[in-house]
Amino acid sequence: MKILVPVKRVIDYNVKPRVKADGTGVDLANVKMSMNPFDEIAVEEAIRLKEKGVATEIVAVSVGPAKAQETLRTALAMGADRAILVQTDDEVEPLAVAKILKAIADEETPGLVILGKQAIDDDSNQTGQMLAALTGRPQGTFASEVTVDGDSVTVKREVDGGLETVKLTMPAIVTTDLRLNEPRYASLPNIMKAKSKPLANKTPADYGVDIAPRLKTLKVSEPPVRQAGVKVPDVDTLVAKIKELGIA
Amino acid sequence: MNDILINPDELSFLLWDWLRLDDLLASEGSDIDREAAEAILDLSHKVATDTFLPLFKLSDNREPYLENGQVHALPEIAHALRGYAELGLFSAGFSEELGGLGLPSLLSSASFAQFLAASLAVSAYPMLTTANARLIVTFGSEAQVDTFARPQIAGEWFGTMCLSEPQAGSNLADVATRAMPDGEDEWGARYRLHGNKMWISGGDHDLSGNIVHLVLAKIPDETGQIGQDTRGISLFIVPKVLPSGERNDIAVAGLNHKLGYRGTTNCLLNMGEGAEQPDGRAGALGWLVGAPGQGLPQMFQMMNEARLNVGLGAAAMGYRGYRHALHYSQERLQGSAPGAADKRSGPIIRHPDVRDMVMAAKCYGEGALALVLYCARLVDTAEQDEADDALLSLLTPVAKTWPSEWGLAADDLAIQVHGGYGYTRDFDVEQLWRDNRLNPIHEGTTGIQALDLVGRKIRRDTAGAFDMLDERVRAVAARAAGTALADLGQGLNAAWGRIVTVVAQLRGMDSVAAATNATGFLRAFGHVVVGWQWLDRALLCLDADPADALRAGKPWACRYFFEREIPKIDAWLRPVETGSQLLMEIPENAL
Ligand SMILES: Cc1cc2nc3c(=O)[nH]c(=O)nc-3n(C[C@H](O)[C@H](O)[C@H](O)COP(=O)(O)OP(=O)(O)OC[C@H]3O[C@@H](n4cnc5c(N)ncnc54)[C@H](O)[C@@H]3O)c2cc1C
Ligand SMILES: Cc1cc2nc3c(=O)[nH]c(=O)nc-3n(C[C@H](O)[C@H](O)[C@H](O)COP(=O)(O)OP(=O)(O)OC[C@H]3O[C@@H](n4cnc5c(N)ncnc54)[C@H](O)[C@@H]3O)c2cc1C
Repeated sequence: MKILVPVKRVIDYNVKPRVKADGTGVDLANVKMSMNPFDEIAVEEAIRLKEKGVATEIVAVSVGPAKAQETLRTALAMGADRAILVQTDDEVEPLAVAKILKAIADEETPGLVILGKQAIDDDSNQTGQMLAALTGRPQGTFASEVTVDGDSVTVKREVDGGLETVKLTMPAIVTTDLRLNEPRYASLPNIMKAKSKPLANKTPADYGVDIAPRLKTLKVSEPPVRQAGVKVPDVDTLVAKIKELGIA
Repeated sequence: MNDILINPDELSFLLWDWLRLDDLLASEGSDIDREAAEAILDLSHKVATDTFLPLFKLSDNREPYLENGQVHALPEIAHALRGYAELGLFSAGFSEELGGLGLPSLLSSASFAQFLAASLAVSAYPMLTTANARLIVTFGSEAQVDTFARPQIAGEWFGTMCLSEPQAGSNLADVATRAMPDGEDEWGARYRLHGNKMWISGGDHDLSGNIVHLVLAKIPDETGQIGQDTRGISLFIVPKVLPSGERNDIAVAGLNHKLGYRGTTNCLLNMGEGAEQPDGRAGALGWLVGAPGQGLPQMFQMMNEARLNVGLGAAAMGYRGYRHALHYSQERLQGSAPGAADKRSGPIIRHPDVRDMVMAAKCYGEGALALVLYCARLVDTAEQDEADDALLSLLTPVAKTWPSEWGLAADDLAIQVHGGYGYTRDFDVEQLWRDNRLNPIHEGTTGIQALDLVGRKIRRDTAGAFDMLDERVRAVAARAAGTALADLGQGLNAAWGRIVTVVAQLRGMDSVAAATNATGFLRAFGHVVVGWQWLDRALLCLDADPADALRAGKPWACRYFFEREIPKIDAWLRPVETGSQLLMEIPENAL
């Protein structure tokens, strides 16, 4: 079985993002970029399935600028077998990515597509679900445990108030949550080996996908600065304050 | 959380813009390209942050302890180092034949700097282990390499360097450990060692499968006497556990309780006192490395690496002090800036005195890091290029000492910037200072480095190293002409001119007179060398985009260094220039 793992190049999770002065977006000049942490978990899960003998090949895909090649190399160094870069400098929305992934899934026919549940830059949490809808495949989102058994996959999902278990017939779509696993680091020898693993260069046009944005960003602004707290002497005052603020 | 390790952009600037790592990789025909090198650096930053940094305080709070003759260290350290080994970081700098990747010294030093910045104490284990293995690889037999070096290269066994003894520190001629011939086997000439080794870092612990000690000892002559100078010193491999599986006759007589660097165990080892009876009798079993009497020359060849690593650790600690100081000064609100209309407290970074401290710490931290990486690059070219080899040898005492002295000064300033908070253990800066305080002491104290610089490197400079440095310094000063830093180019020429004059004087004096003011000369020489490199880097950044704060900040730092640091050389050079012998004229009872 083949596993397809989409990976996105995003602002590094340690970086404090700054909004551009003109409010058009986040300033990415001279900012460290790395693989979306949820996608690292997806790559790790795919590698574990391969190590268990469940999967035979792992294909990593990234839709983004030429630099996204570095992100793909990271996936290859972790243990993916080959990679596809769908290169574009334009901003791509989840729907466009899902369409491209559908086209690749049609070509590659993976038993599983494992995606991050969301990317930490736009927090959309849509691509996996859209891909499931476009391909008509079952989906197990927010996975905290993935078990493949024959032609079905059992996914424990993190939902409000606990865990839900779903059993999907493969081919299927899985999106990862934080607790699914702890991704490995790529070792130095594997970083070197990754250099000779195949990496195909494509464009959205190769898949016949129109990536023009469907949404218009009106304005991006910093979250309001947190106000200083106040100390209250007792619970009654606390309740009064809360009422006064209209929170309860 | 603020990133307090080495800013990856700073490393990027130093490696690619300044030191041209890409040229080095190309000239070595390396498989490593820029993308792979960046992936390795990225990984180092990440792993150091995730696995070494959490041990910074922990390993300081929970010191190793001795129980029933065995030293116990934190299991968390073992775990982190196992991870470090699995990623191939122990072996990276060794050849492929030895299981490594043949990483150039420049790249492996830059990678290692992140780990040193995260925890000096944890990093000491791989630092000692790789230095030990390299010594065996360079001078040992094939069987010695296979049995004792390879497990260290794989990170399964750890190594030590056993030079010092209670009565033999700076002066290794006083080494009294004896090695008595005890036959021959597949690992070569076998000896029984008897003696006490003091201050042995990593001397005992439960972190690795075995410990390989490299021990300096003397082989007695026919009459049973040992020589009183360094020529009689030989080098031996003395493992804690012998290849037979037996315990060697090495007892831990005690643990030293240190100011800092506490996560690294430090032991007094008694060898050959009968604690164990390997192969039937008392005496620690060891195998001779290389020829008898070659102990010190062999050790010295490796000492260069060790000294650069000490400099690198000191630089990393100093640099980290700067980062803490910078972040804190941006966040701490106290007092309004001079002349500000708003009298409410603002960030302390707006006070001139705090800016002075942060800027000094920046110049020390960044300057020290740059200096050591410059030398690491010379290590890579020295093998092919005699000129680079000579230059490296001239700069090594500086690369060891300057970061040790001024990195420590940066940590001291970092405490001051933190005010009362810096004095507490709730913040990191006091520990940076404590950890860093070792560096001017071990691997040759500052005073000993000064004697090496003046005696061996300046007065016996047969390779013309100083003239090569002279060319490089003057070339940078010349490049500054006609630029916005032209005045600093003149400043460099003036300061360097004094060094050149003093060097001629030192070469003309008798050796006793020259040694008297050696330490002052080392300080001045170090400052001018660092000033030269600051100007070199600043000139690369003259056209930097103002939005690129990292590069745009370099000419400012350089200007600061020339205005406030370079003038200090006057106090250090003047006694040499005037030939002052005051230090030796003072009667001992006036001290
Ligand atoms: C934490 C720690 C870890 C260490 N790890 C190791 C290790 O792993 N292996 C190992 O072999 N050693 C190790 N050492 C020992 C270290 O190398 C010695 O402490 C160092 O060489 C200084 O020797 P000493 O302590 O005996 O001081 P001394 O030699 O007694 O020096 C005392 C002072 O006198 C000065 N002095 C001495 N001789 C001269 C001279 N000829 N001219 C001018 N000044 C002089 C020194 O500069 C110093 O200021 C370690 C030490 C420490 C503290
Ligand atoms: C061990 C210890 C014991 C103490 N005991 C007592 C005690 O018994 N009673 C008591 O009342 N206090 C005590 N203190 C508090 C001590 O007096 C303060 O720590 C000290 O005044 C500095 O204040 P701070 O720590 O808030 O540092 P900050 O005021 O925040 O200073 C941080 C840095 O900013 C600089 N800075 C701040 N404002 C300016 C300015 N306007 N211009 C230029 N630079 C500025 C400072 O010089 C310093 O380098 C103690 C502190 C310690 C650590």
